[in-house]
Amino acid sequence: MIWDSVGNFFAMGGYALYVWSSFGMCALVLIAELVGISMRHQAIVKRLQYEIRAEKFDQEGMK
Amino acid sequence: MNWFSFSSPATFYPLAGKLIPLFWVLATLLGVAGLWISFFVAPADAVQGQGYRIIFVHVPASWMSMFIYMVMAAWAAIGLIFNTRLSAMMAQALAPTGALMAFLSLWTGAFWGKPMWGAWWVWDARLTSELILMFLFLGFMALQASIDDARRADKAGAILALVGVVNVPIIYFSVKWWNTLHQGSSVSMTKAPAMAHTMLWGMLLMALCFWMYSIAIALMRVRVIILERESHSDWVKNLKALQS
Repeated sequence: MIWDSVGNFFAMGGYALYVWSSFGMCALVLIAELVGISMRHQAIVKRLQYEIRAEKFDQEGMK
Repeated sequence: MNWFSFSSPATFYPLAGKLIPLFWVLATLLGVAGLWISFFVAPADAVQGQGYRIIFVHVPASWMSMFIYMVMAAWAAIGLIFNTRLSAMMAQALAPTGALMAFLSLWTGAFWGKPMWGAWWVWDARLTSELILMFLFLGFMALQASIDDARRADKAGAILALVGVVNVPIIYFSVKWWNTLHQGSSVSMTKAPAMAHTMLWGMLLMALCFWMYSIAIALMRVRVIILERESHSDWVKNLKALQS
């Protein structure tokens, strides 16, 4: 093992700010992109479901 | 098997849906292995100590930003030549991921440059051309978003994407053509890599992870774009997921 303690690992030999800012931003951006697309997907699915229901309602009339 | 059938959004939509989980599994496995090597196997660098570990995200993000641009431009060109809707949608789906990869490349580069060079940013050929790449992605997205007619937006975007291709070799060879502060490439096709094997493996696994991530996310986005743009077609209206 190249780290002798957990503290040493997080200290990154004095480069903690730089290493963790880099990896942290990558994690943040990749997760945000995934969440963003999932929300956009849900929005279009909801809109289409609504439109399809409205169209059916138009054709069949109130039953 | 008729491969051309997949150029129809109606056939591609369910296929992409089946492929997405596969690419997520690959991205996760490669990411776990890559991070393990990046932090627990690869030794400290002789010159840069632990600070060099930024390489494990910086290089993959930079590679992907250039690679995604090439793929995006290729799809845009196919869309322009054959007038296929799906190709243009693929280009559109790749642009935001490419812009994010270019941003990550610049961000991690700044956080690497500061401790090693003493500056967050310098107007060096490598950094400047990567910044231009990010603006090309953003410009492509802005141009497409500004034109209401989707097919015309595809054409305008495709021309912009194709003109911008010239920037990719400039980024790649900038460290050779100009006297840059940015170091030359540590990995190339022609010579043995100038780094420890474990470092190289960590970098390659992380690059593959970013690659699989990009495919998964681009497929997810292209499915959303298909639904948005084909919302008036019968096959979309008959999708099971949309019946309530």
